[in-house]
Amino acid sequence: MTFTTVFQNIIKLLAKYWDVFLVKGVSVTLALSAITVVFGAVLGALLALMRRSHLGVIRFLVTAFVEFIRGTPMLLQLYVGYFIVPLLFPALEIGTFASISVALVINSGAYVSEIIRSGIQAVDIGQTEAARSLGLTKGMTMRKVVLPQAVKNILPALGNEFVTIIKETSLASTFFVGDLMTSYLIVKGATYLAFESLIIVGAIYFVLTFSLSKLVGAFERRLKQSD
Amino acid sequence: MTDTVLIETRNLTKSFGGLQVLKGVDIQVHQGEAIAVIGPSGGGKSTFLRCLNLLETPDSGDVIFEGQKINQKGTDVDKYRQKMGMVFQHFNVFPHMTVQQNITLAPVLLKKQTKAEADAKALYLLERIGLLDKKDEYPRKLSGGQKQRLAIVRALAMEPDVMLFDEPTSALDPEMVGEVLSVIRALVEAGMTTVIVTHEMGFAREVSDRILFMADGVIVEQAAPADLLDHPQQPRTQEFLSKVL
Ligand SMILES: Nc1ncnc2c1ncn2[C@@H]1O[C@H](COP(=O)(O)OP(=O)(O)O)[C@@H](O)[C@H]1O
Ligand SMILES: [Mg+2]
Repeated sequence: MTFTTVFQNIIKLLAKYWDVFLVKGVSVTLALSAITVVFGAVLGALLALMRRSHLGVIRFLVTAFVEFIRGTPMLLQLYVGYFIVPLLFPALEIGTFASISVALVINSGAYVSEIIRSGIQAVDIGQTEAARSLGLTKGMTMRKVVLPQAVKNILPALGNEFVTIIKETSLASTFFVGDLMTSYLIVKGATYLAFESLIIVGAIYFVLTFSLSKLVGAFERRLKQSD
Repeated sequence: MTDTVLIETRNLTKSFGGLQVLKGVDIQVHQGEAIAVIGPSGGGKSTFLRCLNLLETPDSGDVIFEGQKINQKGTDVDKYRQKMGMVFQHFNVFPHMTVQQNITLAPVLLKKQTKAEADAKALYLLERIGLLDKKDEYPRKLSGGQKQRLAIVRALAMEPDVMLFDEPTSALDPEMVGEVLSVIRALVEAGMTTVIVTHEMGFAREVSDRILFMADGVIVEQAAPADLLDHPQQPRTQEFLSKVL
């Protein structure tokens, strides 16, 4: 296996399977990531809110849940989602893609709730004290004073979470959901050119995550400037 | 100063973990009175001040504001805080709002003033402290002294009945102390009831009606400025003053 043959094989694979990689694989990976990050953010916000509940039981349950999700492997969670979600809602005839999405969203939600929590904690306590000393309620203080400042910590971290998710969705290929990593499995199965397929898929992942990281970085700098 | 008691504390205690920071503090603040609180660091001055507007919840004892005990379940603390302005050592101005928005936020949100009234009031207050030209700037463009003056008028915009200051000049460069003190002096002269924790002995002597010396969680001694500063009765007070004067 020389460098030249690998290169030629890559060209051949791209010519024949470019749509499998670039159209199907990339679009499914991006769709899965976008679903995960959007719903994960919503779930994460909800969890973060519940962790501030004045009911100790709710705080305990949510914290335990978040710690549990963060303390078990994602692949395990995907398996659980794959088997459990269709069982929970048999009437909906939930497919693999949806089941896996649910598992990804739950996983991401746990991480996002941590992002939001630490983003809020990073805001100087003096800000809250000043707002409360003026007579603002807890809710007003959160909405008008703390959150607008926390957002500057939270948004870049969410962007990074998006980058992480793009990579982590590759685990979903275990269930053949059609993502970029599944493209690798398909092309390798058809051509037996495992190494070349991996290089192509790896390059695509890298371009996706690298450009997104740069975008997040630029965004972060702009947020910092407007401080 | 009138005879009306505006704030009163009775046997106020507060611990953090195992450390008892307030060991029974009783004071009366009269309407229009200016009280300076002095004492060694760690003596409980901040904790005491923060108990007055319940930023700290006392473990026991009463905080009575305008005749109402306010440290009990069911009290709408926010309502009372609207009448008690507080100024912090580290300014705590809102960095994501312009100077003017810093001032109008609370009065508008709490429906004390309409947006138009609050804006007019903010401009008037900024004019008085010489920051009118900064109204659309963000606080990061202000010096420490300017930030603290902003923090003072932000509290004043709520038209409070009393102003609480916690070492308002301690975080300032020396050349900016004067501009902040003169704003406070003007307030006192206008009759605002004031409790100010300070290390500026000269200022305490000059503007206050009464000085409290606080150490180890109790008010060791209190008297008119000249009496307390020039003829301290308690050994603890004498020791402290000999170090700082
Ligand atoms: N939130 C807190 N948690 C724990 N200890 C505190 C807290 N606030 C103050 N203390 C402690 O209480 C004591 C009195 O503090 P403070 O009221 O700030 O004194 P002062 O303002 O006179 O310097 C100090 O020993 C301080 O470390
Ligand atoms: Mg202090």
